[in-house]
Amino acid sequence: MSAAILIDILLWGSVAAVGFIALQRGRAVLTNSLREGTMDFINIVPRIALGVIGSGYIAAVIPAEIITGWLGPDSGWAGVLTAVIAGAATPGGPVVGFSIGAVAMKAGGGAPQVIAYVIAWALFAFQRLLLWEIPFMPARFVWFRAAVSLPFPFLAAAIAMAIGRP
Amino acid sequence: MIVIGVLVAVSAALVYRRDGIDGVLEILTRDLALFGGILPRVLAGCLLGAFIAEILPHEKVSRSLGPTSGLKGLLIGTAFGAILPGGPFTAYPVASALLTVGADFGATIAMVVSWTLIGYGRAVAWELPIMGTDFTLWRIVISLPLPVLAGALGRFVYVRMYPKSAPP
Repeated sequence: MSAAILIDILLWGSVAAVGFIALQRGRAVLTNSLREGTMDFINIVPRIALGVIGSGYIAAVIPAEIITGWLGPDSGWAGVLTAVIAGAATPGGPVVGFSIGAVAMKAGGGAPQVIAYVIAWALFAFQRLLLWEIPFMPARFVWFRAAVSLPFPFLAAAIAMAIGRP
Repeated sequence: MIVIGVLVAVSAALVYRRDGIDGVLEILTRDLALFGGILPRVLAGCLLGAFIAEILPHEKVSRSLGPTSGLKGLLIGTAFGAILPGGPFTAYPVASALLTVGADFGATIAMVVSWTLIGYGRAVAWELPIMGTDFTLWRIVISLPLPVLAGALGRFVYVRMYPKSAPP
């Protein structure tokens, strides 16, 4: 919990710092950015409500065993490929991917496969792209970024295999 | 949005059939609490994005993070993503602001990828307790080169996909 508080302090500290810089540029700059930030906030809240409340239901109907079954240490590159697809299909909440990754490790999943899974999930969990990135950023950029990210879970798995860690 | 709404409704109906109304309500209360908890951070993220868009000098950003910023721009993007506090609700508005003020796709990709893979926020709050220290540290070490590579690949592809917007 203390980590969350620390992050909140850092976050609001940064807001205060850039707000102060804006104020020094003039009162109009400050009120303009405040108004724009608040409008963004109001536009985004309904989408986030759907995303956060919806992801719980989506996660509840995807059985974790299905995802963990295919990632054993002997599964090799087929396992890595499965892991990447599973990572993309896993809902993008902050806990779900790590929880499934932890279960996969405990159930005998291989380290490169779990690495590929966690990184694929972090980079392009489909639900997160739709619910979090698209509302905030130009859709063209989001798809472009996801496409460019595709090779990297495989690269990370290859590095993990090469160095034999973790 | 509509697709997601339908998906959520179907999932909620499946949960209802499996666990009854108790299961539906349990998930709803838990997620409402989570939602209430992140709302202030969403506001902070939006304000941060708006301030940054307003105060960052545009020419300076396009010089240090623009299409001609080279490896240095990718490294700056990576460093920025790694130290940026908060969750997706901070990172995406800030990334969007960077695009608006003249950063190119490559540097912004480096920033977003760096934030997801080596940003400390998620690692400290969630990955460390769930996955353990050993896994988390090695995962981050392995991820270190990825943001720069992703940004470089993004830039490489971008100038070939949209040759008109390439720098002269």
